[in-house]
Amino acid sequence: MTTRQFGQPVLRREDPRLVTGNGRYLDDLGHTAYEAAFVRSPHAHARITDIDVEGALDVEGVVAIFTHEDLEGPAADRLPLLIPHPSIEAGRTGHALAKDDVNHVGEAIAMVVATNRYVAEDAAQRIVVSYEFLPPVVGIENARDGANLVHDDAPGNVAAHLLQEVGDVESALAAAPHTLTLDLDIERSACTPMEGRGVLAQWDSDEQRLRLHSSTQTSTGVRAAVAAKLQLPLSQVECIAPDVGGGFGVKIMHPWPEEVLVPWAARRLDHDVKWTEDRREHFTASAHERGQVQQVTVGFDDDGRLLGLDVRFWHDNGAYLPYGVIVPIITATQLLGPYKPQNYRVEFWSLYTNTAIVTPYRGAGRPQGCFAMERTMDAIAAELGLDRAEVRSRNFIQPEEMPFDQGLMFQDGRPLKYDSGDFPASLAKLKALVGWDDFAAYREEAESQGRKVGLGIGCYVEGTGVGPYEGGHVHVETSGRVNVATGLTTQGQGHQTILAQIVADELGVSIDDVHVTTGDTRRMPYAVGTFASRGAVMSGNAVALAARAVRAKALRIAADALEVAEEDLQIEDGTISVKGAPHASIALSTVAVMSNPLRYAFDESAKAATQFAGTFDPDKPPVADDEEPGLEGKDFYSPTQATFANGMHAAIVETDPVTAEIKILRYCVIHDCGTVVNPMIVEGQVHGGVAQGVGGALYERMAYDETGQLLNASFMDFLMPYASEIPHIETDHLETPSPLNPLGIKGAGEAGTIPVTAVIASAIEDAEGFPIRSMPISPHELWDLRRAHAHALETVSPTPTEESA
Amino acid sequence: MTDIDQGTTVDVTVTVNGIAHTRTVEPRRLLSDFIRHDLRLTGTHVGCEHGVCGACTVLVDGKPMRSCLMFAVSAEDMEITTVEGLGTQDAMGPVQQAFVECHGLQCGFCTPGFVTTITAFIEENPDPTSEEAREAISGNLCRCTGYQNICKAVLRAAEINRERATPTEGGDPA
Repeated sequence: MTTRQFGQPVLRREDPRLVTGNGRYLDDLGHTAYEAAFVRSPHAHARITDIDVEGALDVEGVVAIFTHEDLEGPAADRLPLLIPHPSIEAGRTGHALAKDDVNHVGEAIAMVVATNRYVAEDAAQRIVVSYEFLPPVVGIENARDGANLVHDDAPGNVAAHLLQEVGDVESALAAAPHTLTLDLDIERSACTPMEGRGVLAQWDSDEQRLRLHSSTQTSTGVRAAVAAKLQLPLSQVECIAPDVGGGFGVKIMHPWPEEVLVPWAARRLDHDVKWTEDRREHFTASAHERGQVQQVTVGFDDDGRLLGLDVRFWHDNGAYLPYGVIVPIITATQLLGPYKPQNYRVEFWSLYTNTAIVTPYRGAGRPQGCFAMERTMDAIAAELGLDRAEVRSRNFIQPEEMPFDQGLMFQDGRPLKYDSGDFPASLAKLKALVGWDDFAAYREEAESQGRKVGLGIGCYVEGTGVGPYEGGHVHVETSGRVNVATGLTTQGQGHQTILAQIVADELGVSIDDVHVTTGDTRRMPYAVGTFASRGAVMSGNAVALAARAVRAKALRIAADALEVAEEDLQIEDGTISVKGAPHASIALSTVAVMSNPLRYAFDESAKAATQFAGTFDPDKPPVADDEEPGLEGKDFYSPTQATFANGMHAAIVETDPVTAEIKILRYCVIHDCGTVVNPMIVEGQVHGGVAQGVGGALYERMAYDETGQLLNASFMDFLMPYASEIPHIETDHLETPSPLNPLGIKGAGEAGTIPVTAVIASAIEDAEGFPIRSMPISPHELWDLRRAHAHALETVSPTPTEESA
Repeated sequence: MTDIDQGTTVDVTVTVNGIAHTRTVEPRRLLSDFIRHDLRLTGTHVGCEHGVCGACTVLVDGKPMRSCLMFAVSAEDMEITTVEGLGTQDAMGPVQQAFVECHGLQCGFCTPGFVTTITAFIEENPDPTSEEAREAISGNLCRCTGYQNICKAVLRAAEINRERATPTEGGDPA
């Protein structure tokens, strides 16, 4: 009997390869390729007056040097604005190589192609670029005042402006018994996957065909964009995402300048060309996220129930807007979390600055929205002297109100309508896990030892699995091997395992026989990409549907062969048998042979499918009119809307009374991502998400100076957490299946990250007794806040109060 | 601008995973590039090229070293062990096996550096505590896992090591 795989902590099928050094990441490929290096702008805002490449041409091993002048056709045009949205007032994108001006440090100006990277960098160093400096715009305050402009034709530095309103916020706030206004801000961070970006292009001049490998989250997206930029027929371009060393969002952006330039150069030079991003390039020339300034005004009643919520925020989108305004749209809509605001108005301005571009980073605008909402919840509780969990609970959407329409348009242009979730149950689990009701006693004990501790909480709802679609292709070979392909790509989420689990169950075969390929346009040319926690929802359901089609076909063929009704058949362990009569059976591999009538017997098993083997009905064609040869099936899953996962986190922190050092003592997670395919993998996603959240809450920021220099563009200075900074994470799960898809799955990839900044702020606020309005927070900043609040207290009352009881 | 002293090459012999390799390289060639591109042992990864992330960690005469901070010529006559030298897919080393069992990896890019680091660590400390396990891996960066399962893998690897060291009698499981 086949063991059901779905829901089991199946060990990952990709791991034996990866732990033994047999992974194939981008830079592991193309050993004979030329290598590229780039001259990048050291200035944040300047006009290019001259590029002198003379000194570089003499470097032995240099093959070619390209600047914008060398590009032709669409490759010379501006890069596309990928997601046009009506709110975009001035959508500006850059060129693959800078033309006339540069708008951030790290912008590519010249491309050197050489026999190896060392030589390419030697030559790049000898290229002299002359600049005429322009005033740099750095930080949201400077962008907002509009005194200097990033782009002359984007007045006020405004790229986009959007206002959405549900109900009547003005009246609700005017009538509310209590109102509060909070000014908040959150700084930039970045995905920083351990493997940066990279591109390998192989041009076959005989076939006029391009094979592209990119460390991308969307191979179909890159393929289409590169075909358009190089004016190649789509059929002559194939794109493969090999093993990808992490993405977290930055690799969904495409086409990166290098994704256009490397294949362009490969065709021009008729030679393989490769570029592997180095760490400094990744900091300055890829993308960041998070930076926002927010203002929240909330009206509420005596019980802490929301009456109206008015949010305005300013979003730093960096120098260009190639990915549109997905991030601030998500902030604006997902800010509401599990709550009913009654009346809600949200308005944002997306602003240009002379810094690296901003595209989605795990959570994609949700951490900022969650921060705004959860800071507001804590402020309401503080104002009314209520328990913070209780205030949240009073504003929850109740399970019987599902599906719940928030009345807003989501990032996919469809209604923000929650499909499922049981928020009171999640909160009850969280309170039990962290010991919410016992915390007062714990605090008292800690205080008696001279320690300061605080408890924080944060809740979120995450729209996952947005469309438009993903596809699945399932093919049973005559050996019994099952090949599964889906077009979205993998960056460590274990798709080869979970998709195999799903197909093994649907088809009734051993998981060992199932082999999954992702992100290869040769195997599945129709796909969207890996983002928005959509892998399991979209491709999981797509491969399930495809497997069901294959199963149906196998049963049709077997029913005919065994002369029984299809309903009387079952498939177990790769064998189709008659229910209750297991001796009447036929192997799935044999059905695969029979599904493909053959003329030529290339091996023993094929012999059974040839024209002279067995009997047949001479009045019927070998392949029936409504059938195709082969035991394979393809289907697509395309949902009407996103499915909404949710979760609640709590943390206990300790802050050092002297040094203001912040230590997370406990971190608890309740997570609801619908039905779980592989609990081990979901747990791993949560751990990793929380760790990135902790980085964003306490350590990571992009330290730009006023001239637009990124001062911490290395792992030495950008404080990505090590194991020593990450707490042990305690988890518990709730499964409220999504009614929207056949498997009941909701996404899990980003969830862990979303509320962490809010939770840590909440906990520090609880420990310190003054509001935390700006994150991330360092010990130094906390120390300054302590001084400021102590000073404020002294000014109010001349007698200083004791610091702790 | 530094003057580029091109064309100067030297012969270097380095023993990697028990096999002596001789190549002609520029003196500036990093050991990481030598291993990856000259010997084509691409299991060793480069994550930062400034010695912080630890993805390129290899064992040099048994000690974990960052191969991006060494020149190939500095490894002359030294014994290098890379992740490929610690086991194969069919016969995984104890640390590799533990990573699989504990879900100690996601994208897998940082993993070879952890595997080499932990291999050296459990050699030195065959029965570590959880705290010691966490401390031991606190010089390597991972962006995917949150480290919890890597800590678990350190303890499990030590356990596997002990299991494998225990002689089995009459085919009974140890």
